[in-house]
Amino acid sequence: MTEDQKILDDISQGEYKWGFVSDIESETAPKGLNEEIIRFISMKKQEPEWLLEWRLKAFRHWLTMTEPTWPNVHYPAIDYQDIIYYSAPKKKPSLNSLDELDPEIKKTFDKLGISLEEQKRLAGVAVDAVIDSVSVKTTFRETLSELGIIFSSFSDAVREHPDLVKQYLGSVVPPTDNFFAALNSAVFSDGSFCYIPKGVRCPVELSTYFRINSAGTGQFERTLIIADEGAYASYLEGCTAPMRDTNQLHAAVVEIYTHRDAQVKYSTVQNWYPGDKNGKGGIYNFVTKRGLCAGENSKISWTQVETGSAITWKYPSVILKGDHSIGEFYSVAVTNNMQQADTGTKMIHLGSNTRSTIISKGISGGKSNNSYRGLVKVNRKAENVRNFSQCDSLLLGDRCGAHTFPYLEVHNKSAVVEHEATTSKVGEDQIFYCNQRGISTEDAIGLIVNGYCKEVFNQLPMEFAVEAQKLLAVSLEGSVG
Amino acid sequence: MKTPILEIRNLQTGVEGKQILNGLSLSVNAGEVHAIMGPNGSGKSTLASVLAGKAEYEVTGGDVKFFGESLLEMSPEDRARKGLFLAFQYPVEIPGVSNANFLKTAVNEIRKSKGLQPMDSKEFLLFMKEKMKIVEMDKNMTQRSVNEGFSGGEKKRNEVFQMAMLEPQLGILDETDSGLDIDALRIVANGVNALRGPERSFLVITHYQRLLDYIVPDYVHVLYKGRIVRSGGKELALELEEKGYDWIRNETENVKV
Repeated sequence: MTEDQKILDDISQGEYKWGFVSDIESETAPKGLNEEIIRFISMKKQEPEWLLEWRLKAFRHWLTMTEPTWPNVHYPAIDYQDIIYYSAPKKKPSLNSLDELDPEIKKTFDKLGISLEEQKRLAGVAVDAVIDSVSVKTTFRETLSELGIIFSSFSDAVREHPDLVKQYLGSVVPPTDNFFAALNSAVFSDGSFCYIPKGVRCPVELSTYFRINSAGTGQFERTLIIADEGAYASYLEGCTAPMRDTNQLHAAVVEIYTHRDAQVKYSTVQNWYPGDKNGKGGIYNFVTKRGLCAGENSKISWTQVETGSAITWKYPSVILKGDHSIGEFYSVAVTNNMQQADTGTKMIHLGSNTRSTIISKGISGGKSNNSYRGLVKVNRKAENVRNFSQCDSLLLGDRCGAHTFPYLEVHNKSAVVEHEATTSKVGEDQIFYCNQRGISTEDAIGLIVNGYCKEVFNQLPMEFAVEAQKLLAVSLEGSVG
Repeated sequence: MKTPILEIRNLQTGVEGKQILNGLSLSVNAGEVHAIMGPNGSGKSTLASVLAGKAEYEVTGGDVKFFGESLLEMSPEDRARKGLFLAFQYPVEIPGVSNANFLKTAVNEIRKSKGLQPMDSKEFLLFMKEKMKIVEMDKNMTQRSVNEGFSGGEKKRNEVFQMAMLEPQLGILDETDSGLDIDALRIVANGVNALRGPERSFLVITHYQRLLDYIVPDYVHVLYKGRIVRSGGKELALELEEKGYDWIRNETENVKV
């Protein structure tokens, strides 16, 4: 027991290493939310009239909605009038060369360990970086545009490809979908847009880094990815935020639309500030992510590694509309200290011969609470649906909680739906075995937990998998000595 | 004159209030192989666990020196880094962690503690390939998760393989022969023999004499009720085999009366 306690304490005392504040001059809207603020955002972004109307419609609907209380998380009521809804770095660089990037922003990236040059040169990753609300820099745009791939900030897409945006925006997550999606639709400030044309296989990993920098701001980015017939793209999203005493709201929306034979793989490594060990501060990560396999034989795959945020509330989902389409969800969610996570997925089978796989690994330490919530729904007309779900929970110590809420709604008898769940603890025997081979307890836990998550990490692109492993080690790291 | 690498003096330990070792003393010099034999419950595995630093065992008296330093004060990982290796009786499984990755971490931790540069992947693979021969290890076993789904024999062979990789000064084999068929026993024993050398000592803990046909010890000690009651050369094991542990029981109890 003493060993358990020690491990527990080590983990509970692990501190957030990305908690630096960048001193970037930003242009900020006054606190609060009303139609004026929405008009201000829309004006700042020089948006067309239809988009302003779209926002206002979402806002009016949002006013009629109430915040959901069903997730297994607890937090004081959010004052939506006390949030800044727009904050943009003042000196938005023109995008000719990396040298023109604000040195402070560059420093931020350096601290994040994602030097743009490095990535550009070595990894061949196209990065669209979003600090607070405005997209700062998009690399590789030209290379991609030769293939007809559009990868840009959302604002640029609104200007340059209004028809595409108009056609697909809200087609997967309607503005009225839920409380936070409606809020996002009203106030989203930027995000990423991606369109892969027919038959094109995107040759690089598309990548976005989100970072909340200003105090008291919410981040409401919007991502829209469209894969046309037979197209393929792999998309990476990473997130960090500085340490603040107050809670910050992050309510993003990600929509993925795949046409016939298209595939999108979306990977997230989320490391928002989780608050201190007493639960003070941290990000409220209330995100709506959904993909629509609209065309036959298309595939959407979500992989997420969630180590941060005070509260995580997200269910990356797939609507399997096209026959023979495939949905996948691979998740590692780590909670420590006072963190809370209620995360999982929804697989909605509308088409016949559709298949889905869910692999969820929840790891809880400290006094945290980690819930898996997943829905597998099979429509009456969907024949021969297959689903396999596996939800494993790993407990570090005896003060944390793991919960599983699987929902199955099967309306067609030909469906085969499997659900497996396990709960285990990191064994003292395993740790001692590692110790006896010269490996410290801290490293042993890292090794064991990484092994536990291997199925999910295997789904991540190489460089991201390495990052995820390091992140996991840091999240579990204590202040020994 | 040789200085012992391991010196156990009057060691007394218990678990959950129950006394298991009652004043055990033993000296092991460099290059020696000592066999510890004894009936079930005599404290053989407790001795192995205490030396390796397992937390449940409380040391209530005595002292253990390892290369002149107090072993009992060291953390389990420091004992390992200083060259103490335990081949477990029941090796644990670590799902998702490949044997190769596990060993690379261990090898480099030990190297780090000695102020050596970590081995890079290529160097490590060559090193591993060489050591695999010692226990006739199949290549795919290094890619499998540590002990996961291994047969009893494979687990024990893996323990000896790990020992070969970590090149300890003192190898403790805790009933490594238990559950092995004759072929696996031979492979494991050959592996241990290949690792014998003037600088490496072994503590071979076993219930049966059989293993000692393959790993021929320099000394044999009989443990009974937490204490060494008889020591001798390799012929003592044969004598035990012939007369059974009752012989020790009777003798020890009679002496007491």
